[in-house]
This record gives sequence, structure tokens and C-alpha cells, in this order.
Amino acid sequence: MSNKKNSIWSFFASVKLALFVLFFLAIASVIGTVIPQNSPPDAYIQEFGANMARFFQILDITDMYNSWWFISLLIMLALNLTICTIERLPNVWRLVVQDNLQTDIDRLAKMRPGKEILTSVSLDEAADRCRASLAENGWRAKEAPRDNGILLFAQKGPWTRFGVYIVHTSILVIFAGAMIGSHFGYKGSVMIPETRSADTIFSFNNEEPIKLGFEVLCKRFTLTHYANGAPKEFRSDLAILENGKEVLTKSIVVNDPLSYKGHTFYQSSYQSYKKFLVSLTDNQTKQTESFLIEPGKEIKWPAEDVTFGIINREMTETPFLYKYKVWFKDSTGIAEPFWITDGDTITVTRGGKDYTFALKEFFATGLQVTKDPGVWYVYIGCTLMLLGLMVAFFLSHRRIWVYIKQEGDTTSVLLSGNANKNRPTFEKNFDAVSRSLDEKIKSRS
Amino acid sequence: MTSSQLLGISTLGYLVASALYIATLIFKTKKSGIVASIVTIITFLVQTAGIGLRWYESYHLGFGHAPLSNMYESLVFFSWAIVIFYLLLEVKFNNRLIGAFAIPFAFISMAYASFGKGITQEISPLIPALQSNWLIAHVITCFIGYAAFAVACGLGCMYLVKSSAEDKPDAGLIGTLPGLTVIDDIIHKTIIFGFLWLSAGIITGAIWANSAWGTYWSWDPKETWSLITWFIYAATLHARFTRGWQGKRIAWLAIIGFVSVIFTYFGVNFLLSGLHSYGSS
Repeated sequence: MSNKKNSIWSFFASVKLALFVLFFLAIASVIGTVIPQNSPPDAYIQEFGANMARFFQILDITDMYNSWWFISLLIMLALNLTICTIERLPNVWRLVVQDNLQTDIDRLAKMRPGKEILTSVSLDEAADRCRASLAENGWRAKEAPRDNGILLFAQKGPWTRFGVYIVHTSILVIFAGAMIGSHFGYKGSVMIPETRSADTIFSFNNEEPIKLGFEVLCKRFTLTHYANGAPKEFRSDLAILENGKEVLTKSIVVNDPLSYKGHTFYQSSYQSYKKFLVSLTDNQTKQTESFLIEPGKEIKWPAEDVTFGIINREMTETPFLYKYKVWFKDSTGIAEPFWITDGDTITVTRGGKDYTFALKEFFATGLQVTKDPGVWYVYIGCTLMLLGLMVAFFLSHRRIWVYIKQEGDTTSVLLSGNANKNRPTFEKNFDAVSRSLDEKIKSRS
Repeated sequence: MTSSQLLGISTLGYLVASALYIATLIFKTKKSGIVASIVTIITFLVQTAGIGLRWYESYHLGFGHAPLSNMYESLVFFSWAIVIFYLLLEVKFNNRLIGAFAIPFAFISMAYASFGKGITQEISPLIPALQSNWLIAHVITCFIGYAAFAVACGLGCMYLVKSSAEDKPDAGLIGTLPGLTVIDDIIHKTIIFGFLWLSAGIITGAIWANSAWGTYWSWDPKETWSLITWFIYAATLHARFTRGWQGKRIAWLAIIGFVSVIFTYFGVNFLLSGLHSYGSS
């Protein structure tokens, strides 16, 4: 190790550095919450003046969480964590695996908590009783003969000494996940009008088109409201097409995305066009046609000699759900209007003829598309962090030694214990063992 | 009875309990301390019923959801979490004087919820982004953490009061406070507890953001401030574990940490803009 212990190494191995880095990360992070991030350059000039805006540009403050100096702070933190761990782990490892039956007897006598019991029972008998007492209290003891006596040793949770290193490693795992995500993944968005499909999305970073390698079809988008007018649900019925064939369908809402081949499609926005999708079927001839129409315009279906158009709208009893008045004429010449609620399908009868008429407002759904192969590493890191914190904070390495030795007619039983954390709790456990040991040894067999 | 009546009574109850705890501290009367505890427990039960009833009422309105969805509901839950955390401390450390430094936080939170400007008490339906089970996990974890930090801050103040009066022996009411090492130990344990829950709160928030927007971290001001708070407490714990910081320094850090918590909670909503804007009314 000594050749490694140069000044750079010890700089990164110090906890002082960790404190400074945490402090500077906290201070630096404030800047980006006060100064708006990633606004257009003009916005900064307007708000802060030309000089300040130039200063921001030089220090990358307009995108500071991706700036070289902020990333450097994060790298410092990662290096600090790594080197601290490498530096301290060997010692901790020794503590975890060491043979505690070799512990110096003089040290045991000085350990706190500790207790000495003198008895007239024989060495072997006392040892038997100690073994039984430890076992009763849930301590599994190993033993070895030491200096004309017997040393018993039992421990709980030696591995808990790794708790803090689990936490530190978890942060590195999260960093790794974030890096994997930013190198091998991307985020983008796409706006897909109903009944259309898209095979390309647009990157958030540079607006570059990205080919998906498959198509996403938006079959239908529905928007519903609460009575107070607040949006209740944005829902897109999506399908994945491979070579024009549907391979997967899912109805997505906010908080419930669709995943396919490493890509995840999130409901993020929508666009309204003040247009309507109409699907019209002649039930006799089974001819079907779809139309994208604007209200107030006359639409012709020459093949069937049908003319129709939307002439009015009213809100239904359901708030923010509209019904539309449609004027409809076919070869029979009857031109009676009818009402249809948005999203409904009805049968229109004209003389002896039936038509199936479906109408809904036309939307495009806005999807955010994410490919992030690192996200599972981030989640694993998060889980490790919580587990590690619990181990580091609430569990401890507890050790109990019992040294039994014959001194003339009396046998001395020396009980000592040690915990690396949460000592008051350990002392209670120790007292329980000590009391039970005392009773056992003093009882007549 | 409606939930808002029950919650109104709890505001009053915590005011009375705060007064009683402070009186106990000043006049050293054992009886008022017992009364304070009783008032706190009864108020806590009333408040719990109020929260439960509000939940039930939301189902009656046709859009049932846990009462954890806006500023008003979060303040009520914050105060609830402070009280249950304090009551557990009171039992564990068998000391009522801590109440004078903890229950006022619960009262202030309720009073602000009831009378604060721009805080609507109406039960409103959940917008699509909030329709997730992660909402409950995220809010509960965060606010248990916040509650622990509030109590740690109260204990920090208590430590500073006591230690500044140390030189004058037997200085009246200060003499009745728990010993400095005891306070120091409770502060430390409370911060540890809060830190674990804050970490869980940030993580549940990240998972939720990823399931709603496809990004687990976007340096939004709320996220960033929660991380700043996390850095402050992480530094505090390291200073104590590895450099042996104790006493006044840790007491000050408990107070500074809580200032950061408060800014994460309110400052971000009112002064900065971002994804958490729905939490502001």
C-alpha cells in the first residue's frame, strides 16, 4: 500500500474531502434552482443584462447540472467514495473474519460491559453451564482452550460492518446507471394524430429524428374532464406495428406507459385541431369511408350520394362532453338533422336505408419516448442504498466472550462484550446474558 | 361532523397542548405536563379521525383519493407525523419537556393550513399526473422524514438554550431540561431516522417521476432542493461519525438542515417554478 499512499491518494481518501464536496454540491445546486435552466439566450440577456448573460454562458450556468464543473464535483464525489472504500475495506474485512478466539485475555478483562463471577463448581461444569446459558439467549458459541482455561466466543451481525460500504457502493451504482442511460439511451417525443402511425421520434437534445425500427399507431385518443373542468384522464389507445402488422396493443394513460423493445412511450400531451373524425358505413352495401371534417362545411361521399356536415354543438349533461348536430342527406332526399355525442356510434335511417355513423373530435397524442437501459441499475442502486442505510444505522456487530479459568478451588467466569454501534441496546442484551449466566452457575446441579 | 370541523378542533387542540407544554417547562409543574400529554393524545386522535373522514368524504364526492394531494392536506399530514413522532419520543425517553419544542411545530403547520394565504381546503379531484399509488408512498415517506427533522430542529434549539445557560448553575427552568448528552444523542438518532425516510422519499419520487414522465431525475427545483437537504444531513452524519462532531455544532446543523427542509417544502413552491407546482395551492 505504501507506494500508493502518495498525496493525491490520501487527498481522495479523506473524509474532509467528502464533507467539502457535499457542501459545495449543496451550494452549487442552489444556483440552478434560482437561475432558470436551458432558457433561450435572449431570456437571460433580458432578465440579467448582457454582461451577466455572458458570464453565465462562460460558466455554463444556463445548463449548470451538465456543466464541466458540476460534473467534476460529481466525479470528485465518486472518486472520494471509491478510494475511501478501497482504503478502509481491508481493515473492516479483517474485523469481520478475524478469529475472536485469539483475543488477548487481558483485553477481555478491561472490556466494558464486563462481569466476573466466581464459583466453586468445576471448570468443565462451569463451561457446560456457560454454553447452555449462551445458547438459551440465542448466542451460538465457538470455543478454544486458552491458558489453562476455556474461551467461549459468540457474535451477531459481523457483516453489518459492511452497511456503510453498501450505501457508498449504491451511490456509485446509481451514477453508473445514470451514465449508461445518458450514453446508450435517449429521450424524445412524437406527436401522432389519431389513426396515423409514426416510425420516427425527435430527440430532446438536438431535435434530430431517431428511427424506432417499428411503428407506433395511435388508434384513438380520449380526453375526459371532472365536473370542475380539470382534466381527469388522457388516454391513448396505441398499437405497435412490425412490418405493418399489429404485434402489441395497449391503452396508455399518464403513470401507465407502454414498453416495447427497450422503448417506453409515455402519455405527455395532446393537440386539438377543431376537426372531427367521421366513419360512415352503408349497412346495405357494406361500403365504409372515413372523413376528417371541419364543422360548418358540407362533406360529400360521391360513391353513395351522401352529403353531411356538422352544424351545431351543445354540452351534454356530462360536463365538458359535447354533442353535435349533424345534417345528413342521401339519395332519398330526406335531410333531417340528428344529434350525436362525441365518441358515439349511431344508426341513421333514411327511407329503407341504414347507415352507421361514428363521430369523434380529432386529436393528436403527444408521447414522450424514452430509451434508458440504465434505469434498472439506478433502481438496484436505490434499493441497495435503503438496505445499506438500515444496516448501517440500526444493526450492529455484537460480540460476547466468556473466559472460564480454574484458580485453586474457585472457578472464575469472565464475561465481556462489545458492540460497534447502538451500545445501550447491546448493554441490555448483555445484562440478560449476564443474569442468566449468574443464575445458572450459582444454581445447584 | 365534517372533516374540516375535526381538523379545526385539532388546530385548537395543538395550540392548547403547546401552551401546556411550554407552561410545564416554565413552571416545572408535573401535572400540567401530564395534562399536555393527554390533550396531545386526544387531539391526535381527533386529527386522525379528521384525516380519515376527509378520505371518506372524497369518495363521497365521486373521486376518492388519499388526503395527501395538495398543500393543505400535506400540512395536515406534516403536523400529524410530527405529533406521532413526538409521542413515540416522549414514551421512549420518558421526558415531556421535549414537547415544548416539538408540538408548536404541529400547531404552526395546522394553523398555516387553516389560515395561510392561498391555501385551499377544498377536496379536489386528482389530475392525471397525480393518479398513482406512488403518490401515497412518496408523500408519506417524505413527510415522516420532514417530521423527524422538525423535531430534530426543536431539539437543536433546546440544546442551544440549555448549553448557553450552562455557566449559570441551576438556572431556573433550564435546569429541568434533559442533560446535554441526552439531547445530543436524541438529535443524532432523530436525524438518522429522518435521513432514512428522506432517502426513501427521494427514491419513491424518482420512481414515480420515471413512471409518469420517463425521467427519474430532471433537476427540477423541488428535486434539487430535496437533494440539497439530503447533502446537508449526509454531511452532518459524516461529520459526527468520522470527525466526532457533537453538541452545539450538530445542534446548529439540525437547525440549518430544517431550514433547508422548509425551503424544499414551501420556498420552492412559492418562489421557484417547476414540476411540483400542483403542491402549492
